[in-house]
Order: sequence, then structure tokens, then C-alpha cells
Amino acid sequence: MTAPLLEIRDLHVHFPVGKSLLKRNRVLRAVSGVDLTLARGECLSIVGESGCGKSTTALAVMGLQAPTSGDILVEGDSIVGSAGPDRMARARIAQMVFQDPYASLNPRQTVHGSLSAPLRLHGASKGEADERVAAILGKVGLLPDHASRYPHEFSGGQRQRIGIARALILGPRILMLDEPVSALDVSVRAQIINLLLDLQEEMSLSFVMISHDLGVVEHMSDRVAVMYFGQIVETGPWDAIFARPTHPYTRKLIETIPDPDTVLHPDRDRTAGKAPPPPDGLRFYPDTANRPDVHGTPAPSDLVEIGPGHWIRCAPV
Amino acid sequence: MRRFNLNLWLGGGLVLLVLVGAVFAPWLTHFDPVFDANLMVSEQPPDGQFWFGTDEQGRDVFTRVLYGARISLTVGIVSQIINSVIGLSLGISAAYWGGWWDDLVNGLTNVMLAIPSLIFALAIMAILGPGLPSLLIALGLTNWSWTCRIARSSTLSLKGQGYVQAARTLGYGDIRIMATQLLPNMVGPILVISTLGIGAAVLAEAALSFLGLGIRPPFPSWGSMLTGARELIIIAPWAAIFPGLAIFVTVLGFNLLGDGLRDYLDPHMRSRAT
Amino acid sequence: MTAAPLLELKHLHVGIPQRAGAIEIVKDVGLTILPGEAFGLVGESGSGKSLTALSLIRLLKRPLAVTGGEILFKGQDLRALTDRAMRELRGDRIAMIFQEPMTALNPLKTVGRQIAEMFVLHRGMGWAEAGRKAIDALASVKVPAPEERVRAYPFQMSGGMRQRVMIAIALACDPDLLIADEPTTALDVTVQDEVLKLIAELCAERGTAVLMISHDLGVIANMCQRVGVMYAGKLVEERDTYDLFADPRHPYTQGLLGALPRLGTRHGAAGRQRLVDIDSLISDREVLRHDFCYQPRNPIRDPRQRAEARA
Repeated sequence: MTAPLLEIRDLHVHFPVGKSLLKRNRVLRAVSGVDLTLARGECLSIVGESGCGKSTTALAVMGLQAPTSGDILVEGDSIVGSAGPDRMARARIAQMVFQDPYASLNPRQTVHGSLSAPLRLHGASKGEADERVAAILGKVGLLPDHASRYPHEFSGGQRQRIGIARALILGPRILMLDEPVSALDVSVRAQIINLLLDLQEEMSLSFVMISHDLGVVEHMSDRVAVMYFGQIVETGPWDAIFARPTHPYTRKLIETIPDPDTVLHPDRDRTAGKAPPPPDGLRFYPDTANRPDVHGTPAPSDLVEIGPGHWIRCAPV
Repeated sequence: MRRFNLNLWLGGGLVLLVLVGAVFAPWLTHFDPVFDANLMVSEQPPDGQFWFGTDEQGRDVFTRVLYGARISLTVGIVSQIINSVIGLSLGISAAYWGGWWDDLVNGLTNVMLAIPSLIFALAIMAILGPGLPSLLIALGLTNWSWTCRIARSSTLSLKGQGYVQAARTLGYGDIRIMATQLLPNMVGPILVISTLGIGAAVLAEAALSFLGLGIRPPFPSWGSMLTGARELIIIAPWAAIFPGLAIFVTVLGFNLLGDGLRDYLDPHMRSRAT
Repeated sequence: MTAAPLLELKHLHVGIPQRAGAIEIVKDVGLTILPGEAFGLVGESGSGKSLTALSLIRLLKRPLAVTGGEILFKGQDLRALTDRAMRELRGDRIAMIFQEPMTALNPLKTVGRQIAEMFVLHRGMGWAEAGRKAIDALASVKVPAPEERVRAYPFQMSGGMRQRVMIAIALACDPDLLIADEPTTALDVTVQDEVLKLIAELCAERGTAVLMISHDLGVIANMCQRVGVMYAGKLVEERDTYDLFADPRHPYTQGLLGALPRLGTRHGAAGRQRLVDIDSLISDREVLRHDFCYQPRNPIRDPRQRAEARA
């Protein structure tokens, strides 16, 4: 079997907090042992609430955050540490679409400037760069004469299209989508989601999406990983996660999302009936009633497979 | 709708006036600022021939004020360029790289802010000796701390922006990110602080020259003219008043221009397409 | 027969007054809120929903101003009130909570003091009594250990806790109307759920009417009995919540509902439907902007006409 496109192995990212000479340095365990794989052409979504470590995981994959330990492999080769690729090679591995379309474009650069500069940096001639910029603008649904404009001349949705174009311009193997639509209005959201799915099909892109919006996640994902306090608590194919959510935290997330359909079907149970019990001899971990301690070492726990590719985090009773 | 920006227009007008005087000095007067000494007409009050009167050697004060503007503006602008280059490179790199470099730059900035820059410039002049080049160096090395602070704080707020992160993931090197992503986005505040810095440098030049450490007589600088006019203050006050007025107008002009630019570049006052 | 309306907006216009006419941002909005009812105003950014709310309590920032229409609160025209009378009404009879509690709370005062201020200001209590009432108020919004938390400063609290404090301040004087402008947009979903439930529970208990402003159809659907959809400064559809979601009539509402990826709408591996693109649905937004406003067909269901019929 060939190596998966992206493999994250036992990733830890710890941040020092409260630096002090006398006290032992405390660490915040932002990411605490995450394993994930992404296959080619797949959309993997990492969901969770703020502070659960989903963004830190994304930044580690992007090389913007050095992992404390663990490994990140792309097609079997490690991209972490000194053995990893240089910044030029790395740029062609993964690119990111940012949440805030207003802060993610340089206000002093034209669209053409934002898109052609990376190409020129990577050795394209001026002619090649211009050609490629025109092509990518067409792909994301912008007009050629948009190229000479500055970001402030565009609406939020158009800016996000420019952000997507910039992420695609070097032809990366992985596209990291960091809450790609949560800053956009509902109607624009739909356009950007449609665009991303069209592009995925057309260019056989592989997505890792960070999101807290379960509606968007269900719509776009092939596989879903639910993170809670630095760990994955449930992961599986999208239909398994949404049809048979098992971990109490996943169930809580799905239950609490405000769904307009509840007004029409007030009795519909979105989490499909009673909570299933944990596997024999195990308990769900972490216990959602008590907030886990993000500073201490987490209690031993493991992901247990309860269906094809459907894993939940459990600890011994 | 933009309100009429009085500071910008008035400041810009005054600066332009001084600039025109400096550039077109030879066409605006037929005297020579140094060699047209004529003791026959010394200490003449202002009249139709000598608009600002004459000094103790009978030189036309108007001419010397015009040529003095050349010195003042050169010193102001060139020394501020040196200050900006130092302040920007230190400030941006300190905030972008952080760590010990940031601590070092911060410490240095605080030391610079603690020493009165005029005293520091005096010390440098004392070592280098008087003259235009040493004046440029002395004033260029002593007034970068505000630029540095502003560059540093701008960088701190900008470096978390998506486009800076995007540039990193696209393979941009650090220097390229600083030059293309960070620097262009702080031109507004930097421009404002620079115009204020030019005003300060003009004033410092006058002070140093007045103390005899800047431009030496007979070459006309506003400061050195004041030194020469010191003894004439009772019998020929115009020899002191007009260079003093020139300093005042220039410094006021640059300060108003700075305030005006700050309002002009304020994003809240800019129209935004949505 | 239902009670007299608590709040009535009649032909409300908000805009920037200019010598030659006004630039109108909110156009001819009319709606009625009954005592104790939860009314949702939904729309995208720039639709005028927040301006409508701010105009009610005279918190529009210049140069924005109400340029026409009537705002009747318990039959009294709020536009005719003096600034002083308006200040007394605000916080007492009409309260408001905002999206970001961190900016709405004073960072330099303890939360207890900020709640107590409401009692001192509007009830004329002494500080000692008001302080005791503040503890009760904090307990009512389910802040744990209220005796201790009254001494906390806003920065020492999480976003969810701060929003609870905002609710405690808003409901301190048992207002008749609570205006909630995107109260949970800045919060995580599980916290949002708790805060929304709290608002619903407390307002039901006290008979406080709610004007809930949100871009999130889910929030509105879960909280409100009636919904108004705003688009480009106009109220394009105003219905009972169930009717609106079951049978949206205005093309913009239809588009808005279709544009939303909703849980449980994807079936099977290939069941991914394209989301509705409002722009393609409403090819000519201008048509919508000018004429196509929803006319209610059933006057009994429409409180505007119900109220007019009585008058």
C-alpha cells in the first residue's frame, strides 16, 4: 500500500505558560497526541470548539508552528525538523485558505501582485506567471480585469475567492481550509462552498478543513475528526459520525448546534436516539462533565474502533 | 465625504514655500549669500532693496535665509532618512524575529529615549568636528527611536495577519516578507513620524549651528545666522528675527503636515468599498 | 383577544439626512412585538437589522438618524421623548445585549458593581442593597458562586460568563423588552446553546419580550415565535417561525434557507446537493430591492393588521 498523502503521527504541541525561574515551567498542551491521515482527493474535517487544538494542528502541518514531538509525513516523507523540505519545497506541499477574508490579503498589493509574486519567487517567468494568474482567476470565478484591483475594492466573498486563488497558485498537494466560510454571509457561504467542492472535483484537490460549523462539515467532508482539549475523541467517515455519533462530546456538539429544522420537526432526534454505551470494560474519555486539565499529563486513553474506520476515545474503567 | 483638512493644506503649503525658496534661491535673489558683503550697507533695516535688511557685514538677510533653507532642508530630510532606515530595520526585524534580538533592540531604544538626543548629537559633533557631513551623521544617529517603536508595534500587530502567514507558507524569506508585506502597510504612521522628525532635525541643526558646532560662518545656516545676529539684537533685530521666523515656519509646516497626514491616512476617514 | 402591542414600528426609515433627501438604509420597516413574545430579525450583514434595533433605543451613531416613521412603545412615541426620558427608559423598560460582551462591559469595574448600578440608577436603591440584589441577579443567570464572582472583573471571566453578566445587567430591572443583537455569535456552540436557553428561560419567566437579531437562522428558529427577514433595508417577509421555515414565500427567504448547509440534509455518499446560490436565484436584485415585498395573505396571522384592525 502506498503511503497516505498526509499522515500525522502522535503530534504534540505544548506551549510554555507562566515563565518563572523558581517554579517548574507549566505547559499548555494545545495538541496532545493527535494521529490523522488524509487520503488523496479526500476532505478531512477537524471540528471542535475554540481552544481544542484544531488550529494548532493546522499550523503545525503548515510549518507555522513547530511540533513539540511527533511526526508529520507527506507521501511517506517527514516534513518536520531539519530533515524536512526547505521553504520553497514546503510551499508546494500545503497551502492555506484563511478564515478572515479581510485580514488575509495584503491591502497594498493588487490581486495580480498577490498571485504572481509567489510564482515569480518559485522561478516562473513573467509571461508564465501572468498566464497562470489569469487561469486561476477564471477558475475561482473572477474576471481578468479584477487582477489590477486592490483588496478593498472587493466584497468578502470575492476576497475569499482571491484567497483560494492564492492558495492554489503554486499547485499544492494539500489545501488547508481554516474556517473558510465562517466569516461570510449565508448566501456568500453557499457560493464559496460550491466553489470549493467544484474545484475539488475539477482539480482533484485534497482538503483538510478546520471548522466548528457542523452543517458545513457534514456537507463537505468525507471523514471527520472531533477534537476536544487537544485530543481526538471521535473520528470516522462523515456518515458514521452524523448518523451514529457515539462519544458524548460529539453528541453534545451535534445536539447544541442551532438547527432551523428543529422548528419543523421538534421531535426529530439529531443524535439518533439514546446514547450508546461505551465498549465493554471501557469508559468514554474525556468525561465531558469535567473540563480536562490542559496543563497536566492526560490520563491514559486510546482510540477504539467501533465500526469500519469509526473510532472513539476511551479509557479503562 | 472628507472634511477639509486644514493641517494638511497649511502644513503642505508652508513646507512647499520653504522648498521653493531653497530650490530656486539663485533665481529669487541676485545677491550671493557669502561674498556679497558690503560694509557700506551693513545693518540696514528692511526696505525695497534688502527685503529682510542686512547683517553686520552688509549681506542681504533675505538671500541668506533662502540659502539657509537649502542647508536646513538638506539636514532635515537626509538625517531623517538615515533615522527612518535605522528605525525601520531595527523595529521591524525586532518584532518579527523576537527573542534576544527584540530584547536588545528594545533596550537600545529605551537608552536612546532616555538620553536627550540634542546632548547625544552634541557629543557626536564634538568627536567628528563641525561641518555638514558630521551634522548629518550626528542627527541621523540620534532620532530613530520613535520610528523604531512605531515600526515595532506595527509589525507586532501585522505579523499575525493572514497575508503575512500566507506569505510564509508561500515560501517568502523573512527579509522579503518584511519588505513586501510589513513595510508597505506601515507607511502611514511612518510618514507622519518622519515629517515630525524632519521638523525636529531642522530645529536641532539650528541649535547645533547656533552653538557653533554645526555649519560654521560664513556659510548661511539659520542657526549660524542667529549666532552672528546675537550681538546685533538691539541695533539690527531683523538679522535675528528673519532666520528665527524661517525656523519657526519650517518646523510648524512639517508638524502641521505630520498632523494632517495622520488624519489623511486614518483608515476611518478613508472611503471603503464593500 | 391578544394584549395591546408592546412595540410597534410604523414605516420606520433610517438613513443619513442630507440637504437633498436622505440616503436611506432602513426603508419602511413596520413590525409589531407583543408583550412576552420573542421576535427574530434575520438578515445578512448590511441588511439594516441592527440599525433597526439601535434606532428603537436612540443609539444610532451620527450621521445616522431616524428619518421617518413612528416607534410606539406601549403606545408612547419614542421619537417624541426627551433624551433624558429616553435614558430612563433604556436599561429600565428596554434593555439591550450585544455581540461582544467584552466591549460592552466596563473593564475597570467589577461585574457586581456594574449590575448594582442598574438598581441604583433605575430603582433608587442604596449601594449596599443594590450589591445584595446584584448577587441574586448573578445567581439568576446561573453564574456559579455568585457571592465571589460579583467581585470579579470582566477580563477574569470567559466569554460565556461575560455574556451571562450582560444578561444579568439587562434583566436587572425586569424590562418589558430585551433587544439581543447577535448575542451568541462570538461564542462556541455549546456555550451558545446554554446562553440561548438562559435567555429563553429568564424572559419566559419574567414575561419579557425579546427582539432577537441574528444572521443565524438556526438561532432564530430555536428562539423566536415570529420572524422578520430583512434584506437591503427592507422587511421582505414576516411570519410565524414555523410557517416561514415550512413554506418560505419570498424568493430571498427561499434562497437564504437553500443556501444553508443543514444537518441531516446529505444522504448517502453521492447525496451532496449543491447549495442554492441566491444570486442565481434572484437574478435581478434590484427588482427585489424596490418592489417585491411580501404581502401577508392571512390578516389574522399578521399582528400588524391585527393591531391596525383594533385601532
